[in-house]
Amino acid sequence: MTGGRSAMDNERTGQPMFGLLNGDIIWLTLRAAMSRRRALLFALPAIILIGISALLKAKAHGSNLWPPEILGTVGYLILALTALIVGGSVLGADIDDGSILHLLATPVKRRTVVLSKYLVAVVLTVVFAAVPEYLAGAIATGPSSGLAVGLFVGALAGAVIYNALFVMLTVVFSPGQALAIGLLYVLLWEGLLANLVPGVSLLSAGHYSLAVANSIAHNSALHAYLNLGTGIGMGLVVTVASLGFASVVLSGFNVTGDVT
Amino acid sequence: MSEIELRGVSHWYGNVVAVNDISMTIGPGVTGLLGPNGAGKTTILNMIAGFLMPSRGKITVAGQSTWRNPAMFRQVGVVPERDSVYAFLTGTEFVAVTARLHGLPDADAAAQRAIDLVEMSEAQERRISTYSKGMRQRIKVAAALVHDPEVLLLDEPFNGMDPRQRLHMMDLLRAEGDRGRVIVFSSHILEEVERLSGVIQVIVGGRLAASGDFRAIRRLMTNRPHVFLVHSSDDRALGAALIGRPAVSGVELTAHGLQVRASDYGTFTREVAGLSRDHGIRLRQVLPEDESLESVFNYLLAS
Repeated sequence: MTGGRSAMDNERTGQPMFGLLNGDIIWLTLRAAMSRRRALLFALPAIILIGISALLKAKAHGSNLWPPEILGTVGYLILALTALIVGGSVLGADIDDGSILHLLATPVKRRTVVLSKYLVAVVLTVVFAAVPEYLAGAIATGPSSGLAVGLFVGALAGAVIYNALFVMLTVVFSPGQALAIGLLYVLLWEGLLANLVPGVSLLSAGHYSLAVANSIAHNSALHAYLNLGTGIGMGLVVTVASLGFASVVLSGFNVTGDVT
Repeated sequence: MSEIELRGVSHWYGNVVAVNDISMTIGPGVTGLLGPNGAGKTTILNMIAGFLMPSRGKITVAGQSTWRNPAMFRQVGVVPERDSVYAFLTGTEFVAVTARLHGLPDADAAAQRAIDLVEMSEAQERRISTYSKGMRQRIKVAAALVHDPEVLLLDEPFNGMDPRQRLHMMDLLRAEGDRGRVIVFSSHILEEVERLSGVIQVIVGGRLAASGDFRAIRRLMTNRPHVFLVHSSDDRALGAALIGRPAVSGVELTAHGLQVRASDYGTFTREVAGLSRDHGIRLRQVLPEDESLESVFNYLLAS
C-alpha cells in the first residue's frame, strides 16, 4: 500500500477497462440477482406457464387451437414482465441502495457497466422466460415443432430487446418510476393499444418478437402484424439506441439524495 | 503533486441552493470539511468525486476535470457515507473485486494489503452482512485504498464506529496523510476534525464560512460572544449586578429567565456564582443557550 506508487502504476494492466464486457461486474450482478429473494419470483411465472400447457394438453384432447393463443399472449406477457423485473433490477437495485457508487468509483467505462449488467439481464430472462416458453411449446406441440422453436427464438429476440429498453429506463428514471413506466408500456401500450390501433405494433418489442417467432412458426394465430425484416430492423434500432443512451446517461450519473 | 481545486463552485437542487460559490484548494495531508447536517458537505464531496455535476464553477483533481472522467479514479478513492456495500460478499471478495475493477494485476495481494491496513483480517472471510457499522466503514476504506490512490475522499467516515475503531481510523488517515496523500473527510463533529486535521474548511449553509488552520479557527470559536439563560431567586437583581461586569456585554430579562451575553466565556462562568452569593441570590440554573454546532457555525459565517 505504501510507497512504490509508480511501480504500482506500471503494474496496472488496465485491460478490464477497455473491453465491452467486464467479468467481475457480470459475476457481481449474477450473485446479487440470485441472492435476492426475488430470484425465486422469476421462476414462478415460468412454472405456471409450463403447468398451464401441461394441463391444457391433457384436457384439450389434441386440439391445436390453444397453443399459439396461450403461448403467444400469456407466454410473451410473462417474457415481458420477467424482462421488466430482471432488466429493471440489474442496475436499478444498485442505484436504489447506492452500491452503484462502488462501481462508478472505478475507472471502468460506463458503457462496460451497462453492457455487462445488460448481458446478465438477457441471460436470466432467457433462463426464466425463453426456455420455459420453449418447454411449454414442446409440451403443447412437440419438441421439434415449428411453433415451439419459433416461440423460443422469438423469446430470445424479446429478451434482447426488452432488457435493453428496461435497463435504459432504470438509468434515465428512478428505478421505481422505471418500473411504473415499464408496466404501463407492457400492459397498456403492448397489451391493449398494439392490438387495437394499426401502426402501434411498429413501436412494440412484443411484436418484434412475434415477427421473429412467426417467421419460423408460420401460424396466423400468433397475430404477428410485422414481417421479419421490420421486426429485426426495429428491434436492432431499439436495442442499440437504448443501450447507447443508457451508457451516455450513466456516464453523467448524478447522485441524488438530501442536501448534506 | 495532486491537488483538489474548486473554483466558484455552486450546486442547486431545483430552487434549493446546496452549495454557493465555493473556492478552495486542498493539498496533501488531512483536510476536514466541517459543518452541521445539511450544510452541503456531501454535495461538495460528491462533486469532487464526479458523482454530481456542479451547476456552476469548475473542479479539478490533479489538473483533471472530475465530471464524466472515470479515468480519474486511478488516482482517487472514495468512501461514500451510505452504508451500501455488496452485503452478500465477504470482505475479501469485496476488496478483491474492487482491485480487479481498478485493473490491478495482483488483485488478491493488493486486497490483502488493504485489509491488513484497516485491521480487518480476522473478519475478512465473513460476509459483509454480518459486519457491524464500524467494520463496514473499515472494509469500505480498504476498498477505497486498494489501488493506492493519491486522493482519498471520505464522507462522515467515523459514523457508527466505537471509540477504539475511531481512534484507529484517525491514526490510519493521519499516517496516510503524512505519506503525501490528499485526504478529505467530512464531519459534523468538531472533536473529530480537531483531532485529525490541521486544515479545516468550515461549511455552513452551502457557503465556505472559514478556511485554514484549525487552531486559528478554534480560537475564533472560543472567543465569540456566548449567550446563557440564567434562572435565580431574583433575576432582576442578578441582572443589575451582572450588567457592570467587564465579562458581560448585555443582559435581558425575558419571560424564560435572564438572558446574558458574555463576551468572555471563562471569566463569566467563574464570576456568576460568586456574584450571586455576594448579593444573596440563589442561583438555580446557568444554561448555555447557543452551544449547538449550528450557532458556532452561524457566528463564523457572520464574522
